[in-house]
Amino acid sequence: MTTEVFGKHKWGMVVDVDRCTGCQACVLACQVENNVPLNTQERYERARGMAWIRVERYWEGEFPDVKARFIPILCQHCENAPCEPVCPVFATYHNPEGMNVQIYNRCVGTRYCANGCPYIVRFFNYWEPVWPESFRNHLNPDVTVRSRGIMEKCSFCMQRIRRGVRNAAKENRELEDGEIQTACQQACPTDALVFGDIDPDNNRTNPGRAYSMINDDRAYTLLPRLNTDPNVIYLAKVDPDREGGAGGH
Amino acid sequence: MQQRRDLSQTHTNRVLLNSQLNTPSWWLPTVILLGIVVIIGWVVIGFILNKGLGVTGLSRPVFWGLMIVTFVFWVGISHAGIMISAILRLTQAEWRRPVTRAAELLTVFSLLTALLFPLIHEGRPWRAYWYAPYDFARGIFPSVRSPLVWDPSAIGTYLTGSTLFLYVALLPDLGNLRDRTTGWQKVFYTMLALGWRGNPRQWKLQTIGGILLSALMLPIFVSVHSIVSWDFAVTTGVEGWHSTIFAPYFVIGAVHSGVSAVVTMMALMRWLWKWGDFIRPEHFDALARLLIVVATGWLGFTFLELIFALYTLEGPELALREMQIFSWPWNVWFIVFLLTGYFIPVPLWLFKKVRNNIAMMFWTSILVNIGMWLERFFIVVPGLARKTPFTFAWESYKPSPIEWFLLGWSVAWVSFLMLLFARFFPLVPLFEQKESQVFTTNVKIGRASVPAIIREQE
Repeated sequence: MTTEVFGKHKWGMVVDVDRCTGCQACVLACQVENNVPLNTQERYERARGMAWIRVERYWEGEFPDVKARFIPILCQHCENAPCEPVCPVFATYHNPEGMNVQIYNRCVGTRYCANGCPYIVRFFNYWEPVWPESFRNHLNPDVTVRSRGIMEKCSFCMQRIRRGVRNAAKENRELEDGEIQTACQQACPTDALVFGDIDPDNNRTNPGRAYSMINDDRAYTLLPRLNTDPNVIYLAKVDPDREGGAGGH
Repeated sequence: MQQRRDLSQTHTNRVLLNSQLNTPSWWLPTVILLGIVVIIGWVVIGFILNKGLGVTGLSRPVFWGLMIVTFVFWVGISHAGIMISAILRLTQAEWRRPVTRAAELLTVFSLLTALLFPLIHEGRPWRAYWYAPYDFARGIFPSVRSPLVWDPSAIGTYLTGSTLFLYVALLPDLGNLRDRTTGWQKVFYTMLALGWRGNPRQWKLQTIGGILLSALMLPIFVSVHSIVSWDFAVTTGVEGWHSTIFAPYFVIGAVHSGVSAVVTMMALMRWLWKWGDFIRPEHFDALARLLIVVATGWLGFTFLELIFALYTLEGPELALREMQIFSWPWNVWFIVFLLTGYFIPVPLWLFKKVRNNIAMMFWTSILVNIGMWLERFFIVVPGLARKTPFTFAWESYKPSPIEWFLLGWSVAWVSFLMLLFARFFPLVPLFEQKESQVFTTNVKIGRASVPAIIREQE
């Protein structure tokens, strides 16, 4: 079933920075969906906080003309991912659907991938994750709970993709655009995150929403100088104060 | 340069086998003291395995820290052996003879120590065998694109070669010891000596074996630290790591630190075992001359690396170099690194008085290795620690006491192994010593009588 059903898509995400209000709903949704360990104050003080998606805040300009800027950062699922070739045991690899996947039970914890990642979106489990007793029954049964000593990162909600593709195959129909939503996208109140198939061939007859956005004038990718070719595409902030109207991030 | 010392073979045997036949009084207390540190260290390693890497100071994005620095440091030290025993052997430098074994031994033990550090630095060390090309039921081989697979192969080859080399060179001395011991020691040495009788055929094979091994190990001399450097150089996203000059830069740095470590060790051997007859000031003089050349080459590479980085005129590179050289607290350590690695020892070595002064050579060689450790720290940590647009963390790397302890422990561990070895095997090769005595003859040049080596002409 695997080879027949999966591997026909190329998943990607469009992040409209202009719509992001920095509310952190995506961060929370991701944390709950993916069984990400709780971030305590102690963890943040030691720079070990884990958030598969995070909202970075920047201040632009000098007081009083200061503006808060937000940008959600998640694994970019690069086509030329710097994290992939350095793994000695194939614990991270590029799957046929354009995603950069992490195999938890194969990981030996060299943390080499995390050093290679220029977006710094890989997280290491320094300790065995612990949840308060009341949280234990809230863990998502579809997602592995990672033990200590291994890397983890955004999986594009792999479990949701698999379920969506499998359901469509079961009902003997084509997968609809927008049928699969990642947890962060689902939680975003301003619709800043759009997940979908960005393969040109799959979008020829009936272009999906994400695909129609990636050719926008505002589209850009992070750190293009490194030629990582990310599958997460950002749409620049629209800023009427700035010359040209649309500003960089 | 070679000062002739007429040493009888009996004297050589008596002095150099001193440690095996009657143990010096300082040996046991020193080994017990080091042994306590070693045991504490293993307990600490067990603690890390039990609790997880949270006990280190590692964070995000500094995922590699002091333990990797220490790993690179010990691999660097290991270049002592191959430089002294292979290159100097093939170039027929006579003064290498008393230190060949100690240098080779340092190689073996520092490689063992070096291999240990990436292992305990892993998240799940009990899965480390996945690095090996061992076919599982699942049929997954290691990823040959990863430098972390090249690394164990290179270091494993080096370790195997060095161990063989050490053993081949030990055979004649083992035979010597077998003939001089009784009881369990005799059984022990008989087994190890592999029936060495010292007949011409055995000597011929032993010599050929030594030369072949040195020649075979020459490529390793270039490859090992090059491959260690590629651990860093292939990482495109980290400024200060992604550099094409790393391979030769690392190799020459390794020779610098390795040969300095040999100097340190020679001074210690001379003091501890009172081998002044065999390890003489002219040996220090020769090594210091070699070090001046190596160190200057290394300094050139250090600046080249900097120039290569600045030449790109890329913002992140410039920012990293600015942080390394000008911002607190890196700037202070950068100055310490330059002073200890080059600008204090090398000008001192230019003076013959310093080169022939054992204490001065001891302290300057220690300085070099402090500097070389700092160099590795400057390569590994700042590139990761620099705040990039996506770091998004306030805190940075602060090594935990456990990591500092393991750094010190590694020195104690290598010394412990060396002392243990020195109890059972001669640290100065007896047969090499005697061979050089046989080769040396006085040649009359005018009125002066100069000791020189006369080799048979083919």
